[in-house]
Amino acid sequence: MSLALLVPPTPMINYFGYLFDGANWTFGGDSSIPDRLLQHIFYTLAALLIGALIALPIGLLIGHTGKGAFIAIGLGNLGRSLPTFGLVLLLVTMFGVYIWPVLLALVVLAIPPVLAQTYAGIRSVDPAAVDAAVGMGMRPLQVLFQAEVPMALPLIISGLRSALLQVTATATIAAYASFGGLGRLLIDGLNRNQYDQVLAGAILVALLAIVLDYLSAAIERAVVSPGVRQRSTRRRTRASTQTPAQEGAVSSR
Amino acid sequence: MLSTSKIAAAAALMVAILPLSACGGDPTSGGGTGDSSSPAITIGSANFPENQLLAEMYAQALEAKNVKVTRKFNIGARELYLKALKDGSINMIPEYNGALLAALSPNGEVPQGVTTTDQVDQSLKKVLPSGLEILKSSPAEDKDTLTVSSDTASKYNLSSIEDLKPVAGKLVVGAGPEFKTRYQGLVGLNKVYGLTFKSFKPLDPGGPLTKAALKKNQIQVANIFSTDSSITTDNLKVLDDPKNLFLAQNITPVLTKSKVKGDVASTINQVSDALTTEDLTKYLAEVAVDKKSYKSVAEQFLSDQGIGQ
Repeated sequence: MSLALLVPPTPMINYFGYLFDGANWTFGGDSSIPDRLLQHIFYTLAALLIGALIALPIGLLIGHTGKGAFIAIGLGNLGRSLPTFGLVLLLVTMFGVYIWPVLLALVVLAIPPVLAQTYAGIRSVDPAAVDAAVGMGMRPLQVLFQAEVPMALPLIISGLRSALLQVTATATIAAYASFGGLGRLLIDGLNRNQYDQVLAGAILVALLAIVLDYLSAAIERAVVSPGVRQRSTRRRTRASTQTPAQEGAVSSR
Repeated sequence: MLSTSKIAAAAALMVAILPLSACGGDPTSGGGTGDSSSPAITIGSANFPENQLLAEMYAQALEAKNVKVTRKFNIGARELYLKALKDGSINMIPEYNGALLAALSPNGEVPQGVTTTDQVDQSLKKVLPSGLEILKSSPAEDKDTLTVSSDTASKYNLSSIEDLKPVAGKLVVGAGPEFKTRYQGLVGLNKVYGLTFKSFKPLDPGGPLTKAALKKNQIQVANIFSTDSSITTDNLKVLDDPKNLFLAQNITPVLTKSKVKGDVASTINQVSDALTTEDLTKYLAEVAVDKKSYKSVAEQFLSDQGIGQ
């Protein structure tokens, strides 16, 4: 027997077999792509929602008051540098196979971009406009929600969109802890040497990320006032050399 | 209580990561050991702690018989080290007979009737590349098991996989995702033992997630490897496999034929004979859990067994 036979010959694989198999496109059952897709969207949106509920108020508060930026940026960077996979593995081995360690890791991933962009958005609002709002007799919360937030909205939404992209791609780890989502296709396929399944998972994650990004762009167009959108484009090009970190340094002066 | 389990979790994590960080061996660099008066042999090992420990045990036993041993440990996948065996850059490696048979069989499928040590070794001799030879299989095995916690075992009075039949519908199985679709997994458990479990949780093959889930009773039946140290430390019950569903995975040294001369075969067989699954588990735990060196643990094993004195 020759050595070439040690490595079993690669059978001809139809690389798109799994993706285009109609049987995988019905609801229910172990190989259902629609089920996996819905689970994936659910994990993604849940993590983004929780992350936004935490990061938006903090970002608004810090941006509005200019206090605590140092801590917020530090914590944000800490969250960004935690490896999500390691965090899931650690939490699951410590606390058991539940969905919350997975969601927690995704929330930790979602917070930094939302926090940083919300803070930066509020800080980049033209001080003259804030002065004008105060001059009109607005109370602090009115200044925040009627002047600062609408003008900061493009940046705030860009933070949410970047968090959405990251979480969509990373939610595949839910499958590692026995849960569903498109990661199931990746992990099952790898472990069973079914590469058409792996490829289907990879393609679907990428497509889902693109579709969600287009949808959020559409939402952005709907909620941001046209005037602000133009102004913010002008301002962003002018201030493009100034990063949030530098702004943090300026404000903490 | 929590802190000890945290430490255990951290330790499990380290063990899981260890092989990843350790694979740096270069299996291709030359190994032509010159022919001299005293026999010389180059021993390789796969890139996980158990295999490295086994290789070190055989190496020290041979050195005690004045065989000149060169160590080339930590070679990655089976394809790589089999190639190294064939081209002579290593002359010996501790293998697992079932896994080797699967690797040498067409499409990786071992015939369904072949499961016991003897059957596997017989089949293996037929497919082994010319120029290679297997020596005696050790009673020590690192094989797939179905394992339950001692609580579950006493609750349902379980000692063998057959005992699961009346209660399987209440139990959740956890294993690597491939366990669900392969014959030596849920498929065979259903065909051979008639078991249908409540559900299946796809986790990792004998890894930290499976063990964590078993400890938390989120799964009641786990696919764990028979030399896993948590079997003793967590007081787990390995269920017998009377119908031999799971393939034998005895430690079986594979050698280049030309190197089997003098004391080599008898020395290697002496080590294989002395080794049991319990021993291997115990000594492996000293490496993986107590962080002792392979060298000192192998020395300890050989002196405990009175080999090479």
